[in-house]
Amino acid sequence: TGRWQKLFIYIYMHVCVYRSVSTQKRTCPLLSVQPVRGLLDEKFQIAVTNLPPNQKVTLHSLHQSDDKDFWEAFGHYVSDEHGSVTGFKDESLGGTYDGTEPMGLLWSMRPIPGSRHGLRIRKRDIFRPMEVRISVYSGHLSQGFSQQTPLATSVTERWYVAPGVKRVNIREKEIRGTLFLPPGSGPYPGVLDLWGVGGDFVEYRSALLASHGFASMALEYLTPEDLSLEDTDASYFEKAYQILNNHPMVKKDHLAVLGLSLGSAITLSMASYSKVIKPQCCVCISGSHLMPVEKSLSELFELMKSHADKLCVNEDNQVILRNLILSLPCQSTKVDVGRIKCPLLLVNGDDDQTLPAVESAEDMAMMMEKAGNRHLLEILMYPDAGHLIEPPYSPHFRATNYKLEWTKEKIVMLWGGQTKPHAYAQEDAWKKILAFLWQHLSAPVSTVTSF
Amino acid sequence: LKPWSEKDLCYFNMYSLYRSVSQKWTCPLISVQPIRGLVDEKFQIAVTNLPPNQKVTLHSLHQSDDTDFWEAFGHYVSDEHGSVTGFKDESLGGTYDGTEPVGLLWSMRPIPGSRHGLRLRKRDIFRPMEVRISVYNGHLSQGFSHQAPLATSVTERWYVAPGVKRVNIREKEIRGTLFLPPGSGPYPGVLDLWGGGGGLVEYRSALLASHGFASMALEYLAPEDLSLEDTDASYFEKAYQILNNHPMVKKDHLAVLGLSLGSAITLNMVSYSKVIKPQCCVCISGSHLMPVEKSLSELFDHEDKLCVNEDNQVIYRNLILSLPCQSGKVDVGRIKCPLLLVNGDDDQNFPAVESAEDMAMMMDKAGNRHLLEILTYPDTGHLIEPPYSPHFRATKYKLQWTKERIVMLWGGQTKPHAYAQEDAWKKILAFLWQHLSAP
Repeated sequence: TGRWQKLFIYIYMHVCVYRSVSTQKRTCPLLSVQPVRGLLDEKFQIAVTNLPPNQKVTLHSLHQSDDKDFWEAFGHYVSDEHGSVTGFKDESLGGTYDGTEPMGLLWSMRPIPGSRHGLRIRKRDIFRPMEVRISVYSGHLSQGFSQQTPLATSVTERWYVAPGVKRVNIREKEIRGTLFLPPGSGPYPGVLDLWGVGGDFVEYRSALLASHGFASMALEYLTPEDLSLEDTDASYFEKAYQILNNHPMVKKDHLAVLGLSLGSAITLSMASYSKVIKPQCCVCISGSHLMPVEKSLSELFELMKSHADKLCVNEDNQVILRNLILSLPCQSTKVDVGRIKCPLLLVNGDDDQTLPAVESAEDMAMMMEKAGNRHLLEILMYPDAGHLIEPPYSPHFRATNYKLEWTKEKIVMLWGGQTKPHAYAQEDAWKKILAFLWQHLSAPVSTVTSF
Repeated sequence: LKPWSEKDLCYFNMYSLYRSVSQKWTCPLISVQPIRGLVDEKFQIAVTNLPPNQKVTLHSLHQSDDTDFWEAFGHYVSDEHGSVTGFKDESLGGTYDGTEPVGLLWSMRPIPGSRHGLRLRKRDIFRPMEVRISVYNGHLSQGFSHQAPLATSVTERWYVAPGVKRVNIREKEIRGTLFLPPGSGPYPGVLDLWGGGGGLVEYRSALLASHGFASMALEYLAPEDLSLEDTDASYFEKAYQILNNHPMVKKDHLAVLGLSLGSAITLNMVSYSKVIKPQCCVCISGSHLMPVEKSLSELFDHEDKLCVNEDNQVIYRNLILSLPCQSGKVDVGRIKCPLLLVNGDDDQNFPAVESAEDMAMMMDKAGNRHLLEILTYPDTGHLIEPPYSPHFRATKYKLQWTKERIVMLWGGQTKPHAYAQEDAWKKILAFLWQHLSAP
């Protein structure tokens, strides 16, 4: 009987252990994401409850882009004594982001292992949201998420456009663009939105601006349809500006010009020289005054082509464009920013590898000091941020596939930046850009002359 | 230089006045965050760039699925920075007052000139409720459509989260809709029984699925070819089994959630059925005084005894109280699972509060009182709906049995009723999760 008793106790103990292990771990965790639908620049709060206490878990995000590639991010957490993980309070101990980062699951996204190289996320159909699947897995995983069953899952939507925003195709003579209007009867302050070089026509920033009360027109200026580069000169932009300014839903003479990269170079040129383009203010993201865009874009590209030997690559064969720009003969051709008459906000990353934005900003400050209009200039400089300063929480791309506009050569372009500081720059810059635009565009226009 | 004449001074004064008036032509900005919300998510409304100390009205406008217009408004004064912050500042009057972040939703009512006795019920739950939020100059109480707002925003309120799947249930005579959360499951299940208004009300189940439950809204009042006489306990038992056996539902992790008549049925089932054995039940605005043992037609037998108030609104609760109940009331002493009762003390439709007291006594006697939890909300009526839904004190209604069209008095006062809806929903979700997520 002693032997049977021992066996019985042995089996009983194992059953008890099994029960405690299995029942403790088989709780029903609940994952909540609030709000479950967000505008791109709205933060969300992720919370997991009903886990066992002090449990290692991984928060994971998954998104399939318009190009069908999969992107993911993840953070390693440990549940507290109540069995909770609170994304906006708790620290990630590792993963694609660490520390207390409420939005880390979005901005630290990167292509899943095995993806093609040099990918970039760019929303094309901006009236459909970006769907992101947020899950919580048991343990601290760094790969193989598709082979595991998550403890809980939620699907969240990230929208580029608010409800009620209207999209208007602009097709006047040779001018091509898309105007986004806020809901309501208007009229609204206007923004002429000039994206940079490379890839498709980008509408999402204008859609987001319209979601914040601006009538924003994204202008297609790189060979739209039948227009050649030779014909894309200052008059193209002036006509576009006038179309916007004269639109019945736009508050006349309450306009801003917002540029990124080449769009910024064009903005600086127009604001300095044009007799037609007279905005209340300008914002130049990752721009430079060292690129002559006065005559036509084809001339600029010819110039870039002729200096192709100065195009250098790093050890990963990624192209560093900034050096080419710095080598251009600029003393005579740099934009005379001393002529600018409106407030100007420069937004730069100090790890910009594409345009020498920081050096340009310093030189511009000196020129404006000399000319007496330095008080109009405001410079935001973000440490370790790269060239592509996009709307908040967008993933960071240090280098991506790119087709050079002037040679049609396919390369890998180095944009620069480190993920976390770049994400911080995007979030902070967007707030400041919106505030700057609203400050200068919402003041009443003085309609009386002084005595 | 000539001294200024009177005419000059006059022009100068006009100029100064014009300039100071034109100072008011700032460009106010209204922001609603989040711009898209689930119906139980709060939002934060902020207006900036107003002149300081300016009287303004925040206004909401919604056109229902029935094409009626609903609105709400609050009167505010901007602070010294020219801002109005909806979640911090006080409304000085309107359809709501005080600091009420979501007042523009729950205090909505039909616009002047609308048909009487309207009710807001979402039919197409995969399309959001669009609400236009505007800010107007001055303290307005009417004529909003004749004024141009200073700024406008359109916000969406959704009954369903992304990824929630809708499954039609059509098994033999059982009719319903199952809503499943995103992912592979399985999920704890909820059998969702709406009230006596009939039809298939899906929005609550859609919202429950948005919170992790596989929720099945059951159509039980004469769906298609089934008559009230043929709808007895077995109908609900079959529905319960369909849910429990569904591959996406965690077997034996089920709750039954009822409202009004649905609560009465829930109490019946959970006391007597050998098949329906949920982990817990929630009964909103219910009563154990309505016997459902044989068939549903029993419930409607006495509708000829209805009484009305001076506004010709039917007070249904008196009818129920007059039923011969000693033998007919549900024997809640037999209940074996946790039970949450959610009641309003101004319920004019069911004697929910009296029932709850009697049930507590019965369960005390029977020894299962520890299973009972009662939430009683002051000045709250019968229709305790998801949070921030507008309050209806009385609406048009068609009696199930006689098909007579009446106006039913539900009860409740708007602000306390709104508070009850918000608080009860949180507690119901927590209660369900607590009892359905245990291993």
